[in-house]
Amino acid sequence: MTVITPEGERRDAYRLIETTEDAKAPAGNAAGSKPLVPLALLGEIETPEAPFGLFVENTAEIAEIAPHLGSVDLIAIAFPAFSDGRGFSLAKRLRREGFTGTLRAKGPLIADQFADALACGFDEVDIPDTMANRQPVQQWLEMKDTMSVHYQTGFGEGKSILQQRMAAREEAAR
Amino acid sequence: MYRYDEFDERFVRERVAQFGEQVKRRLDGSLTEDEFKPLRLKNGLYLQLHAYMLRVAIPYGTLSGRQLRQLAKIARDYDKGYGHFTTRQNIQFNWPKLKDVPAILDLLADVEMHAIQTSGNCIRNTTADQFSGVAADEVEDPRPTAELLRQWSSQHPEFVWLPRKFKIAVTGAEHDRAAIRVHDIGLRMRRNEAGEPGYEISVGGGLGRTPMIGKVIREFLPKDELLAYVEAIMRVYNAEGRRDNKFKARVKILVHETGTEEFTARVEEEYAKLDGPTVNAPLEEVERIAAYFAPPAYEDLPAESVTLGEARKADAGLDRFVEQNGFAHKQPGYIALTISLKPIGGVPGDMSADQMEAFADIAERYSLGELRVTHSQNLVLPYVKKDDLPALYAELKTHDLATANAGLVTDIIACPGLDYCALATAKSIPIAQEIAKTFADDARQKAIGELPIKISGCINACGHHHVGAIGILGLEKGGRENYQITVGGDATEHASLGERLGPGIDAEDVPGAIEALVETYLSEREGSESFIETVRRTGADPFKASFAGFIETRAAQEAAE
Ligand code: SF4
Repeated sequence: MTVITPEGERRDAYRLIETTEDAKAPAGNAAGSKPLVPLALLGEIETPEAPFGLFVENTAEIAEIAPHLGSVDLIAIAFPAFSDGRGFSLAKRLRREGFTGTLRAKGPLIADQFADALACGFDEVDIPDTMANRQPVQQWLEMKDTMSVHYQTGFGEGKSILQQRMAAREEAAR
Repeated sequence: MYRYDEFDERFVRERVAQFGEQVKRRLDGSLTEDEFKPLRLKNGLYLQLHAYMLRVAIPYGTLSGRQLRQLAKIARDYDKGYGHFTTRQNIQFNWPKLKDVPAILDLLADVEMHAIQTSGNCIRNTTADQFSGVAADEVEDPRPTAELLRQWSSQHPEFVWLPRKFKIAVTGAEHDRAAIRVHDIGLRMRRNEAGEPGYEISVGGGLGRTPMIGKVIREFLPKDELLAYVEAIMRVYNAEGRRDNKFKARVKILVHETGTEEFTARVEEEYAKLDGPTVNAPLEEVERIAAYFAPPAYEDLPAESVTLGEARKADAGLDRFVEQNGFAHKQPGYIALTISLKPIGGVPGDMSADQMEAFADIAERYSLGELRVTHSQNLVLPYVKKDDLPALYAELKTHDLATANAGLVTDIIACPGLDYCALATAKSIPIAQEIAKTFADDARQKAIGELPIKISGCINACGHHHVGAIGILGLEKGGRENYQITVGGDATEHASLGERLGPGIDAEDVPGAIEALVETYLSEREGSESFIETVRRTGADPFKASFAGFIETRAAQEAAE
């Protein structure tokens, strides 16, 4: 898996816990030291020492995740397919819930979705290496910047077109 | 008309460049075909039966003469010399080459047009009443709302990977000409008791294989809260709409399976949580957009035109044209005109490049440079002076654009069907042509009166057959094309779905069956009832009986042969 942030590729500091056995294994240095725990497993294993990462399906309810928001510093949302947009809405809702840690989109996303993912509150993507080979990090960084304007207020950094128009009007009135 | 400012311009240009990059990345293998397909669709590019098809957005059906001239150029240079207007107020080019598409998108951008989100699982072109701003029965002009939604829905970061396509329509008149109840979201502009402007909001209408009439989930939403409320609906749909079966993925299924009450509660819950003021457009922005749709500088004219009155007496053709295709205008001395793209034997909705150019000139000379596209695949000249009508009529005639059949039995909606569409199970255009020929006689058409016939070439229902007073659905049965007939469908404020009359019939029997139904109507009708009004009163039974009779007679004839 390859983690890509707006600044470029980054070493993954988390290792995915897939079974209760995994959870017992000592944290190696190789694949990242913090556990990334699936929501479903959280009740079954000894809760790791905070802060750890939480891995959620894109169908998870906010109410199920909310109790853990204080003890995790990363939430990875699963994207079963790039065309499944549920993760975007879940990210938006998690941010609204007050989560300020790292939000990660995990799955076979395409570079063309990077800007949208960031606008919905994600900080990074974690894509399979096969995808990263086809769409290297450089493409992600380029596609991120293909559009310099957006209409929707409340999404992404920078002012929306509507806000920019407002600002221009205020400027003109001065 | 709305005009792009620097931001709209930059957005569309960057989007064209972005698509150019995506094509390149498809060619160099960065994107697989599966990954590229939705990106191509979101730029309006389909792969059809014989070739690519490019669907160009005509936001709420409004076009300038300049834009139509550009569409003519595209039709001539990159297609076979014509374009096809669709049931969602868009235009399609059926024969562009993939390599030419970026150039076409540039030409469109030159005249403030695009093909963004005319396809794919995203929010599609917002449609509106074709008589917006001029209809005498209008409460409020829906175009500023439609334009606001066009901007807000363009490349919305959260809502471009929806379970399925999503269509929004707006009307501001008492009589619904935008078919809002068969859209995913239907917005009806209204006022509350206090006289404040707002919307009635319905969700979950749609046709296709599971036709449904939209359910009202909010009786009144204050006007300035629109974007936040739509965002709440979209978020609930994006999170909860089914993705396991594309035939069950539209919001109508979610509303149906969840129940209207529960769905409404979820939307309201989401709406209560989101921060509305950060989402909604500021009042200044709403006013900025609305200013583009302010009434034009009308001349002060008497309500009735002496010139027109005399010309109508002298020319029966003109008289009939005005009677049938004229539409009551807000402004005294003016009239709106439907220009039928349904000449007898023609392809419904097709227009040649020559006609487009001629019509662009006509719009500039006689209608303040503006025209509209209707969801019944016709055009409208919204601002015609009654005094000008005789001269205008003469010009329309020379370009074969003066067919006086707006709303009549030969004004048929037909999807592309087997002639173009990869999904089709039967022809639809040739069926429309045969029916039109059968009823070609002017006096007969007039005697029958208003009768919307709608034809789809497969169960996807792009021809809206469910809401045709007579609906025709082309299927395939045992290797033959087979047509199911319904009556009683209605897309207006009395929205209802048609009822099937009996077993499917062969293509060559369709015109005869329609004649039998028309005869039933003529013998059943009371007073000045239209076809649909009669069906509404009598129910489908008399029509079922005459349909069964028709089938029996045909079977007997065939046995005798
Ligand atoms: S109804 Fe069917 S045949 Fe007609 S355009 Fe739609 S998909 Fe094609």
